[in-house]
This record gives sequence, C-alpha cells and structure tokens, in this order.
Amino acid sequence: MANDPIHQFQIQNWVPIEIGGLDFSFTNSSAFMVASAVGAGAFLFLSTANRGLVPSRMQSIAEISYEFVANMLRDAAGSHGMKFFPFVFSLFMFVLFANLLGMFPYFFTVTSHIIVTFALALLVIGTVLGYGFMKHGLGFLKLFVPSGVPGLLVPLIVVIEVVSFLSRPISLSVRLFANMLAGHITLKVFAGFIVSMSSMGALGIAGSILPLFMTVALTGLEFLVAFLQAYVFAVLTCMYLNDALHPGGH
Amino acid sequence: MFVSTAFAQDAPAGQAGGAVVEGTTEVAHDGHAKAPFPPFETHTFPSQILWLAITFGLFYVFLKRVALPRLAGILEVRRDRIAGDLDQAARLKQEADEAIAAYEQGLADARKKAGLIGQKARDAAKAEADAERKRIEAELDVRLATAEARISEIKASAMQDVGAIAEETAGAIVQALIGDSVAQGDVSAAVRAASE
Repeated sequence: MANDPIHQFQIQNWVPIEIGGLDFSFTNSSAFMVASAVGAGAFLFLSTANRGLVPSRMQSIAEISYEFVANMLRDAAGSHGMKFFPFVFSLFMFVLFANLLGMFPYFFTVTSHIIVTFALALLVIGTVLGYGFMKHGLGFLKLFVPSGVPGLLVPLIVVIEVVSFLSRPISLSVRLFANMLAGHITLKVFAGFIVSMSSMGALGIAGSILPLFMTVALTGLEFLVAFLQAYVFAVLTCMYLNDALHPGGH
Repeated sequence: MFVSTAFAQDAPAGQAGGAVVEGTTEVAHDGHAKAPFPPFETHTFPSQILWLAITFGLFYVFLKRVALPRLAGILEVRRDRIAGDLDQAARLKQEADEAIAAYEQGLADARKKAGLIGQKARDAAKAEADAERKRIEAELDVRLATAEARISEIKASAMQDVGAIAEETAGAIVQALIGDSVAQGDVSAAVRAASE
C-alpha cells in the first residue's frame, strides 16, 4: 500500500448520498473541491479586507493574480472579452488552488481525475458555443471557414477545423489531467524507491540518496507544473473565448 | 554513470525484497488492486460532477459578486488616486512657476524704481550743490571786488603820502649832511624834480 502509486487517486466515500440510483456521495474529492473553492475565495476575500491603497503582501498577490488574468484575457480576446473575466479568473484560481493543494502530502488532487477536468473543459466549450451562437447566430459557423481559402480547399479545411474544434475539450482536459496524474505518480514512485532501498541495509540507504534528490527536484518541478497547467488552462480558455467573440477573425 | 547503473540494478532487487516482506499485505490488497484505475471508475463520476458543479458554481458566484468587484474597486481607487495626485502636482508646479515669474517681475520693477529714485536724488543733490557753489562764488567775487577797491584806495592814499615822506626825509638828510635846515619849498622842488 505504501508503495502503490495509484492509491493516492482513490475516491473514498465520506458521507454516502444516493439519489435516484446514482452515487452523489460526499467524497475526499468533494472535500478538496470545497477546500480549493473556500481556500481561493478566502484568500481573495481576506487579503483585500483592508482595501489598502498601499497593498499588503497578500493583497499584492491578489492584485497581481487579478491583473495577470485580466491582461491574459485582454491580450487574447480584446476588451470585449472582459465580460468573461469572472469566469476565466474563477477557472484559473480554482484549478490553481486544486493543483497546489494536491502538492501537500496525503492530500487529494481534484484535477487528477479526468472527469473533473473534462467537466471544466466542457464548461469552457459550452460557454464558447452558447455565446457564439447567441451573439452571431449561424454566423458563428464562419469559425470553421477561414477567410482567404481557395474554393477547392474549403471542404477539406472545414473538416479539419471541425475536428480540431471537437478535439479542444479533449486536449484541454487531458492535458491538465495527465500532467497532474503523471506528476504525482512519478513523485510517488521515486519516493517509494527511497523507502524500499533504505530497507536493504547500509548500501541501500546510501543509494537511496539518489531517488531522494530526484524526489526533491520533482517536487519543485511539480509546483511549477501546478501553476503552469492552471495558466495553460486559462490561456486556452481565453483563446477559445476569442473564437466565440470574433468567429471570422483568424 | 557507474553509480547510476549500480542503482538501476539495485532498484528492482529492492522492490522484489519489499514484495517478499510485504507478501501478506500484497495478497490482501490484490482484491482491491484489480479495481480499475481510479480516474476511470465511472461510478464516481456523478458525485464528482455534482460536487464540482456546486463548489465551482458557488466559487464563481462569490468571485463575481464579492471578490472581483472589491479587487477592481481597489485598483480603480488607486489608479484614480495616482492620477489625481499627478494632476495636483502639475497644478502646484504651475502655481509655483507663476509665483516665481511674479516674484522676478516684482524684483525687476523694484530694481528699476530704486535706480530711478537714486538718479533723482543724485540730480537733486547735484543741483543743490551747484546752486550753493554759485552763491558762494558770487559772494567771494563781491568780497574780492571790495578788497580790490580798498587796496587801490589805500594804494592811492599811500602814493599821495609818498611825496610828503620823501620831502620830509630829504629835508632831514640834508639837515644832517649840511648841519643847517633848508627851506621847505626848495626841498619839495628838488624831490619833485628827482622823482620825475
């Protein structure tokens, strides 16, 4: 059990709830979703409680994250895109806190489950589709017909564009899921090496220094990945939203 | 390189050893290990989707209603404050520039005025001094003229006396030389003849 790298991803029922034959139990995953949302919300709420003209350190971090996401969205989707700012900012903060909370030993990583990342990706694509058709009607379909393409190539391009659009929720969700999953498995495997090698006597203990270094280095890397994947998720969301805002504009 | 090769050979051996030691627990676990990979256990999906919807939904609403307006407000207040401060600084600088210009203008005026007053004073003093000098000169001229008049008067009377003195002196000298007095008229005639 100690060396099983998959064990950390297991869902454990904490409060069984069943409605209409479906299992809606409050699980460790649910608990960490609540923790991510409450943690991020509390951070943003408490750090800005003083409304300081000269920000404190924590308020400064909250302001930096605000402007970071605002600039990201403005760059990708223009000033019209700012109506989606609360959505993109929520996504970024939620994913970031979920990823970072997962870095604590024994903590569950919400984003290491494909269904969570896929649901978030579907939310993004659903928003893109919903807003695109609401705003542009059938004109939104111009998204699949780039301007300036020779008539003969149009059917081929349309097929390619449709496939690429349909693969977006998959790539968006799998990227985050696979990064978090693989990172945590790798960490666990190398940490497991330390335990099993040091149980082999003096030589093993001396040798286990190598996986120890590896684990320390990987921990740093995983913090980077935790941030980077939240960033990538948010940036791609901004770019997809740009398609909904300006379907003919690429 | 050598060390890492040795480690690579060690590692599987270590795991094998671990497996033997933990044999009983491994067996107990086997039933559980047959379960599918946790992220692909579809029976957990409804719960995860439901709780994600609840937590993310509430998080979104909280951010949109409370946290983001507050953050935006803070940033806006700061931006306004900085812009206001810059405006005020520009206004104050302009005022200072105006004050400096006014001061320099005043200074130049005062300097000009001072020069004018000095010039006037100098002119007045000079005129007064000239008048005084003229008055004194005139006075001196008058005194000079009276003095000259008196001198010529004295000279005239002195020249008049000179004849009498010469006659007297000549009479005295003759008397001393010859031991006898000479008639007054003869002496006068002799002196008049000698002096002409």
